[in-house]
Amino acid sequence: MPDGLFTFFAALTLGAALLLVLSRNAVTSAMGMILALVGIAADFFLLDAYFLGVLQVLVYAGAVMVLFLFIIMLLDTDDATGAYPWKTAALGLATFFLLAAGVIWLFHWSGAVSPTPAGATPPELSANPAEFTTAAKSFGRLLYTKYLLPLEIAGFLLLVALVGVVSLSKDAPEGQA
Amino acid sequence: MESTTLVHHLLLAGLLFAVGLTGVLLRRNLLVVTMCLELMLAASTLAMVAFSRFNHKMDGAIFVFFVITVAAAEVAVGLALIVALYRRRGTIQSDALNTLRD
Repeated sequence: MPDGLFTFFAALTLGAALLLVLSRNAVTSAMGMILALVGIAADFFLLDAYFLGVLQVLVYAGAVMVLFLFIIMLLDTDDATGAYPWKTAALGLATFFLLAAGVIWLFHWSGAVSPTPAGATPPELSANPAEFTTAAKSFGRLLYTKYLLPLEIAGFLLLVALVGVVSLSKDAPEGQA
Repeated sequence: MESTTLVHHLLLAGLLFAVGLTGVLLRRNLLVVTMCLELMLAASTLAMVAFSRFNHKMDGAIFVFFVITVAAAEVAVGLALIVALYRRRGTIQSDALNTLRD
């Protein structure tokens, strides 16, 4: 049995995700998304990944979702078209139940995943920077040694995205608007 | 003492991924579809953090750091594309954008 805190946040996350998918109002969907991301961040905290939890709240639930809300306000579009066609609804429901059944079978009954690689509880935390630590310092150490090239590429990717967004949001050329 | 095992975290991540994929297939508002895509990404990072914690290695957590970076860039470009689409076509309902099919 999982402990109470995990059960609470898992239920919160799944409920918010369902709100995101099922709500007809785009703003309500965005609120569900924020709640789901906060729930995932809480699960990061339960997994002792404090730095990633904070990053998740700051970047996703903060910056990215504010961007989404701005665009929703700007475009002002809802799904105002009544019920879904039964084919779409059947496809969606079938996908969900097949995937959910597959996930539960794979992780719970098939025995493919042992409860943990080393015992029923996660390994004790240590201060060894090569192992899993809670310190943000160990992120910095790995990012600037073993993962230096990916870090540079990520920075370049952000630059490219910036330039791309600027060129995309310039006015459309004459006669094409 | 009740404890949360790796399997519980993987179940949560898998179910979240399933919900996100259902949303991508079901919804027609491109903004909501993009949000569902983000949910699928976040679910996969959850699985990665869980594996990282239970295998006692830092590398999975570092990878999540990069996934968050790439997701932020992806959202910025995706939203700019959606705004450009709205300017030209006046709609972001995916079933109204079928010029190439007709």
